[in-house]
Amino acid sequence: MTVAERPVEPLHRRLGVTDDELHAIRERLGGRNPNDLELAMFSVMWSEHCSYKSSKPLLRTLPTTGEGVVAGPGENAGVISIGDGLAVAFKIESHNHPSAVEPYQGAATGVGGILRDIFTMGARPIAVLDALRFGDPADARTRHLVDGVVRGVGGYGNCVGVPTVGGELVFDPSYTGNPLVNVMAIGLMEERLLTLAAAPGPGNLVVLYGSATGRDGIGGASVLASATFTDDDPSKRPSVQVGDPFAEKLLIEASLELIERGLVEGLQDLGAGGITCATSETADRAGTGIVVDLDAIPRREPGLEPFEVLISESQERMCAAVLPKRWDDVREVCQRWGLPVAIIGRVTADGDITVVEGGLDPDGRRAPGARELARIPARALTSDAIVHHRIAAAPTHRRGAPAPGAPDEVSDRLPERGMDPGAVLLALLGSANLASRHAVFHQYDSTVGADTVAGPGRGAAVLRVKGTTKALVATTDGNGAVGAFDPWLGAALAVAEATRNVSITGARPLGVTNCLNYGDPTRPEAFWQLTEGVRGLADTCLALGLPVTGGNVSLYNESPTGPIAPTAEIGVVGLLGDVATLVGPAFERAHDAVVLVGEAVPGLAGSAYAALAGTAAEDDPPPIDLAREAALQAYIREAIGRGLVASAQDVSGGGLGVALAECAMWGELGADVRVAVDHSPAVDLFGESPSRLVLSCRPRYAAALELLARQHGLPVETIGSVGGDRLVIELTLAGAGGHADERSGSVADALEVPLRELLHAWDHGLARAIGWEG
Amino acid sequence: MPVRIGVVVFPGSNCDRDTVAALELAGAEPVVLWHERATLDGAAAVVLPGGFAYGDYVRAGVIARFSPVMRAVADFAASGGLVLGICNGFQVLAEAGLVPGALLRNASLRFAGQEVAIAAEWLDTPFTHLIDTRRPLRMPVAHGEGRFYADDATLDALDREGQVIFRYVDAAGERAGPEHPANPNGSLRAIAGVMNAAGNVAGLMPHPERASEALLGSDDGFGIVRSLVESAGRAANSGGQVVGAGAATAGSR
Repeated sequence: MTVAERPVEPLHRRLGVTDDELHAIRERLGGRNPNDLELAMFSVMWSEHCSYKSSKPLLRTLPTTGEGVVAGPGENAGVISIGDGLAVAFKIESHNHPSAVEPYQGAATGVGGILRDIFTMGARPIAVLDALRFGDPADARTRHLVDGVVRGVGGYGNCVGVPTVGGELVFDPSYTGNPLVNVMAIGLMEERLLTLAAAPGPGNLVVLYGSATGRDGIGGASVLASATFTDDDPSKRPSVQVGDPFAEKLLIEASLELIERGLVEGLQDLGAGGITCATSETADRAGTGIVVDLDAIPRREPGLEPFEVLISESQERMCAAVLPKRWDDVREVCQRWGLPVAIIGRVTADGDITVVEGGLDPDGRRAPGARELARIPARALTSDAIVHHRIAAAPTHRRGAPAPGAPDEVSDRLPERGMDPGAVLLALLGSANLASRHAVFHQYDSTVGADTVAGPGRGAAVLRVKGTTKALVATTDGNGAVGAFDPWLGAALAVAEATRNVSITGARPLGVTNCLNYGDPTRPEAFWQLTEGVRGLADTCLALGLPVTGGNVSLYNESPTGPIAPTAEIGVVGLLGDVATLVGPAFERAHDAVVLVGEAVPGLAGSAYAALAGTAAEDDPPPIDLAREAALQAYIREAIGRGLVASAQDVSGGGLGVALAECAMWGELGADVRVAVDHSPAVDLFGESPSRLVLSCRPRYAAALELLARQHGLPVETIGSVGGDRLVIELTLAGAGGHADERSGSVADALEVPLRELLHAWDHGLARAIGWEG
Repeated sequence: MPVRIGVVVFPGSNCDRDTVAALELAGAEPVVLWHERATLDGAAAVVLPGGFAYGDYVRAGVIARFSPVMRAVADFAASGGLVLGICNGFQVLAEAGLVPGALLRNASLRFAGQEVAIAAEWLDTPFTHLIDTRRPLRMPVAHGEGRFYADDATLDALDREGQVIFRYVDAAGERAGPEHPANPNGSLRAIAGVMNAAGNVAGLMPHPERASEALLGSDDGFGIVRSLVESAGRAANSGGQVVGAGAATAGSR
């Protein structure tokens, strides 16, 4: 076929709008065809990224109400009251595809975007956590992406002065062509300053302040975020936004001052979909319309087409609804912070987003000779956008199942066949996914703000709340490795582990934010994974009594190397009433008792141990009992509240062996424990059965800790004591009662490793894996 | 009556509120000095806090030195007023020529956000006299351009004249070598902070204001904050002149 013969794709398809969607657009325009500008506006607003058109029906099933919830899904961020007239705002969001194309700017603008969601509500951002997923760390492209993303997160967060206090870094081959960059931000606010993203009051001014509008990020939402990657296509590079953290810093200060002084009626940041999104969402929420004066929008360069101005995703911009009498004050604040500011339109009563060229007169009426370029009902762009009911179908084959006749080489490396369990423990501690992350988080400012009680690297982050005895405890978690086998379980485990990591500090989890990273929703298997993930999220939040206060859905996470492991990334914020009662994971003092709560169940699939063994798993991941998880978390909070606990660590990646090693390394204290082999050495020492804790306490409290655990229906056992300069674990064969007895259990195997060897493996593992020195 | 201490705020300052909080904790009355105003509002001492003054896209502190407030700070320093620059504040002071040396990109070419140990070289300066020990002081650093640099002759002179006020040290308290992590940025001679020749202007890269409460992991920095506040109080009472500046008392270590 020659070029001349190739049929020209109609504009709507080139913009990612399907024929069916074009039909639905016509219905919402009273039967007429959209003009090109209107079509461009629809194309971004009806993108998966802005409209949630595939996920909306699923998200409605999530529990969203709970104690203290001030703002939930649908607002820029969830807000929960923490008493004393204060509230915490928090949300997690993805910037996966921009980061795959241009890792530094992709990650940087990911941080910028989520920070704006926080301060738009009236909260000062106090912390960032970044949850990252990459492919094989030995791969040169992965290393390039890790380096760029880490520099981007740091380059932006460090400059705006918000500490990066936590997050994750996980390597799995499924993320090779499609890394995940999920960023969570937390803000603290006076509850009375809660500001909503609405444009109420016809006649009010629509004010745009912050950076001028340019050509960067044209179609970011539709082109980048809502389609599968065919390759890291250079032609998509103009769709990546460029961040200016200094401008963001000015934007934070100016916005918080505007809110504090009551100068704005509503506030919305400009992110995906730019001016089109900000105006239509704020108008729709308030039941109003907005007329946009195209010529009034400050521009970075001449010659911008109207559609470019309206859908540009230029960063660091805010849109406010302002009473006319407050305009002079608003302008003064913005100018003092060095920010361009302009009246770009008026709130109207007609419910439409109208774009005019040729100006508005001082009363907001169209100037003589002004031309109307677009008119769309605001709700058609937002709340009444199209919804697709996709088809879900479970896969017919199990991922990871060994091919028929495959050699059984995995078992040869297992401890039960004679491998030294101490060597396995060292290998796990030094593995890319479990080694210390300091090489990464030392590139972040984790202490600016002077609130960081516990920063990155050792469990949940803890931030004190100035002027109170309280602290906020925050963490993120996701489990794609298990999600690949069972997407319900992957999501459930992520919620369980994130909340557990908050509870083991003594804090009460307040709510959950989520970033759902899945594949192409038009593929029935990928949509089934999303459906199962949302179900796992909902089930677990209900079991734990927690509201989902917001989040983000990122679909089309696929590349030529295949879809990603389905990854429900969970962010949790908890409240600790008295920071003096905070409990950490590290052993505290010699002679303390070591208490194990919970029990191992068979199953190694999805574990770090299975990844280390390097072959396809032959079993299923260990299941979770949600009622037990709830009991475990209630138990540990009560035990800490009663002052019984010296240290608390949960058993997760790398199993009990790694949990004990972490408690020992971080406390610079060894331990001598006995672990009963109920199943196999691999399962009992390195399996990742959920709902388990390693506690330490004064010896005289051990009986009380055990009794309390039994009252909560939890298996519990004192397994040894803290002390010395090495970790000693004796594996004992289970007696008739099912558990080893210190006197009668015979020793099957033993592990004895000096702390400095554990530390050495853990300290250097990551830098070695990704080819960084030091 | 609490002594007024000015905290300069550039639009990109991001440690100003932390600095204000630490000064309040030390009993001072901090006053914010906006960068566009060439006045110190009667402050008895001035702190230039950390941050990214005007974005620092060109080089840290390079634009800030031309701001109106820095004219007032330079005059104040010239008349013997106490000035402390922390992190970006140190970079601004160095760019303005108020303290010797330059702060280059970290030797690792990466941002360094970590806890370090430093030791005060002198315990009789206006910035250190309430530090009661020469044991290592633990506090955070957070910077991309903190590698102290000067030519050999200048370094020799700084050592000779007693203008090196803080050095990075290792866990044992010995002067750090050029290597990460004890020397987080590759600073020459492990220099973490310096004074001007008169001893009334000092800058350091680590953040004492973030290490002023035990709850945050260390209060080793509070001695520096308290020293400044106490010295400012004395200066206010004696009409502005600072006594006991380090350079004049070299040899008393």
